[in-house]
Amino acid sequence: MGDPVNPDITAIKKADGATVAAAPSPDRADLRPENIQDAVIRLAGNSQDGIQTAGAFLARLAGRSAQEVMTYMTIPATISGGPSIFQVRIGSGEVLSAGDEADFLVAFYQHSYQDHIGFLREGGVLLYDSDNVEPNLDDKRYVYVGIPITGLTIEALGGTAKDKGKNIFVLGLISKIFQLDAEKLRKLINEKFRSKDESVVNTALMAFQAGYAYPVGNLLSKLYQFEKVERPGGRAQITMDGNQALAYGLIAGGVRYGAGYPITPWSSVMEVLRRELPKYGGIFVQAEDELASVSIALGCSYSGWLACTGSAGPGISLKAEAIGWASMAEIPLIVCNIQRGGPSTGLPTNVEQSDLHQAIFGSHGDSPRVVLAPRTVEDCFYIAIEAARIARKYSTPVFILSDTSLATRIEAFDEPDLAKVMVDPKPDLTPRQTHVPYPLDQITQHVPPGTRILDGKYPLMSGLEHDEQGHPTGSPKLHMAMTAKRRNKLRKLAEELPVPEIYGDQEGDTLLVGWGSTYGPIHDAVKRAREEGGEKCGALHLRHIHPLPNGLEKIWPKFKRIVTVEMNDQGVYGYGQLGTLLRARYCEPKIASFTKTDGLTFRVKEILDGVFKGKSFAARFIPRDGAAVVHHDTAPESVKTTREVVPQGVG
Amino acid sequence: MAETTTTEPAREKLSKKAITADHPTWCPGCGDFAVLAAFYKVLEKKNLDHEKIVTLAGIGCSSRFPYFVNGHGAHFIHGRAVPLASGISLARPDLHVFLFGGDGDGFSIGGNHVDHGGRKNINMTYFIMDNFVYGLTKKQTSPTSPIGFKSKTDPTGAIDQPVNPMKKLIAGGATFIARTHATQVKHMIEMIERAMDHQGFSVIECLSECVEFYPDVFDPADPRKGGSFELIQEKKWDNTPEDELRHDVTDELAAYKLAQLPFPGVFGVFYQNDRPTKNALEKKWIETTREKLGHAADQEILQKTFDRMK
Repeated sequence: MGDPVNPDITAIKKADGATVAAAPSPDRADLRPENIQDAVIRLAGNSQDGIQTAGAFLARLAGRSAQEVMTYMTIPATISGGPSIFQVRIGSGEVLSAGDEADFLVAFYQHSYQDHIGFLREGGVLLYDSDNVEPNLDDKRYVYVGIPITGLTIEALGGTAKDKGKNIFVLGLISKIFQLDAEKLRKLINEKFRSKDESVVNTALMAFQAGYAYPVGNLLSKLYQFEKVERPGGRAQITMDGNQALAYGLIAGGVRYGAGYPITPWSSVMEVLRRELPKYGGIFVQAEDELASVSIALGCSYSGWLACTGSAGPGISLKAEAIGWASMAEIPLIVCNIQRGGPSTGLPTNVEQSDLHQAIFGSHGDSPRVVLAPRTVEDCFYIAIEAARIARKYSTPVFILSDTSLATRIEAFDEPDLAKVMVDPKPDLTPRQTHVPYPLDQITQHVPPGTRILDGKYPLMSGLEHDEQGHPTGSPKLHMAMTAKRRNKLRKLAEELPVPEIYGDQEGDTLLVGWGSTYGPIHDAVKRAREEGGEKCGALHLRHIHPLPNGLEKIWPKFKRIVTVEMNDQGVYGYGQLGTLLRARYCEPKIASFTKTDGLTFRVKEILDGVFKGKSFAARFIPRDGAAVVHHDTAPESVKTTREVVPQGVG
Repeated sequence: MAETTTTEPAREKLSKKAITADHPTWCPGCGDFAVLAAFYKVLEKKNLDHEKIVTLAGIGCSSRFPYFVNGHGAHFIHGRAVPLASGISLARPDLHVFLFGGDGDGFSIGGNHVDHGGRKNINMTYFIMDNFVYGLTKKQTSPTSPIGFKSKTDPTGAIDQPVNPMKKLIAGGATFIARTHATQVKHMIEMIERAMDHQGFSVIECLSECVEFYPDVFDPADPRKGGSFELIQEKKWDNTPEDELRHDVTDELAAYKLAQLPFPGVFGVFYQNDRPTKNALEKKWIETTREKLGHAADQEILQKTFDRMK
């Protein structure tokens, strides 16, 4: 262990209320780490403090150590600064959600403490920067560990860095407390900063060392250690966020071209593609606007290279006309929508699942398209490959509906077997004797320009209603037949889609139905309802939303109640957006919804409260980020006044 | 690229017959017929590989063009044909990308894309048939309609200042800018050929009369109707005193001055420069990157990226 630094120690209060005011001395040798399976660590500070960086290191380390990891973060919508959190949940078992409560809260500022203390579980540890935070030590529910983080960081680094490096100092502290592999972390720090000046690496390592060497054992009654587990499968884990997984999935799926326009939270997908595609011989174009970006992507697809574009909801609105053309002209295309709170500019850095109807119905005319939704970061990778396969096979636009929470959270997952999943995307320009671009009784197969058509009749891809050769027609019969031809590909696709497995009870009282990023909390909720409440319930999660797989109609009769759990406003439609779809399709009055619109990811407790109202296991009061929660049901009959429903002061 | 197999039949010289498709749906007397005829002539003369000709268009009367050319092509949405063509041009440099449209498509709804296509200098040949009126929707004011033009949307005469296409193209950054007239087939052919030979974003504005909704608008420019068709005299760089007065096509300000001339103005090449295309710059980036990676296979590259994320 390095030399202990000599901090001004602040008061330490334990859960039992005993105050320990001790001068620091070297670590107590008798402190034995306690084995734990799971820990939720929340770092709360300002966005410029680099807490995302520190959190990402923890996530990477967990991934490298074969632990399950999930993260959750909030970013202020302001350009620079503002409160921000990064939460890491590390577990030796399966980690499905980022955690309802923190076991360990690091507060850099007074506002971080005030806003997030309610999130700390009883008996949890508050680690605070005693230079900036004065906690209410009379609240006996928590363990208080005050460390002058700012002062110690300045002391350790000296010179011009000021308090930059606090994040890495805290990383050192945490790795000590949780007995993390410091060597691996140092290596990660090296890898992260090695492209920069050597002094940057050294400063970071010094900050880490200062945190790691701090005699935190004097302040805590115990240290922790994650249980070691053997992971089945034996594949190494890779750690990344959902937007990265999506971008690399597109590359694996054979996407080499695309175009986009910056918008939160989609931008990082296009940044990765812009940087990476040249390695594969491709190009990603930053276009002048959303309309140009979808059109450029369609040009690339038309030319034979399946291409992608993407945006968030408002940008997708702008692309809508061209996507209608893709449906009509039957050109394959991938459209990523990283959903955020809407409408309009809405909540640019918050999560919402309110673009489902836009994806399915957001066109002019009867305009078939496919809509898929990834459920985890790992799934972002695989769903991109599936989207590419479907777009090619059915010559159709395919939407991928991700969202802010998937985009920004970091997960570790088994490294994909690239030999199995990678697709060779080269256009097939083999000469053909003849080619009919729009055969009525078949699915259109796009033949790119550069392909010789030996009978001399070349295809025209047309936005006007057309005959089989692509010539414009106003024939009522042909419009009927072509409308059916275009829609029949969705029927064909529905036949090949697997019916998702039900998690939990295969039949019973309640079936929770979800889509997209709510996968984790819904599954955790079902697990807890069954284990703690003895509920007979299951969860069904849809990845293919349009078309829906055939066979869902056989599932509904098995449950007494079906509740879609969604992050959108059922007050507008009567049900959540998925709930509305399912009711329209199956005329099943058992289908109801539980939705919310606070721009934050679902907590497990929220789902339990919402779906199993009045049950004892679901009744616990849940504190929210930054304000007391008013738990509410947004069903129309429950909405009385806005003031009653909306927790005032929550944006 | 597809491998050429030995079974592939030999190529015949590209004929007008091979590239002719549907009979044009334009009104009898429409200027666009002459543009189509000139285009056929250029294709025959250049004898391009038939399958590598791509004709594209947005929406408008003139944008029906691809239906009348037998070749790979697409009829896209209003105003977005430039970005569509950009995607094709960037992804498939082996193709000859031709784009046809009108004044509404290029200077109104798609105006932004014309600027950015020029700014990025994406390789394509863009032919704009300018008739100063919306014809497909039956006589509304267009962005090039002169002040005072009576249309269904300006019953007392247009009041908004028209776009000056040459000025817009120069300011936008297009690297080949020419102006021609649908009654001057020989001149059109020359301009199309020069635009094709130019590497970059080549735009030709062609005055093409709408006989239905704006007849006789270009009379002064039609020699057959007693008008003038004044050609730009380009510099020959022959050190003669006459050459001093001729137009330097690389001189942006001189081009701008020509664009200021009152209607019907002058015809020919206003501006041309050899700025590198986006196609070339992207290709260079790809080559440098691929070189650094030792031209590794795709799977190997992605695997290396994932190894760094462990």
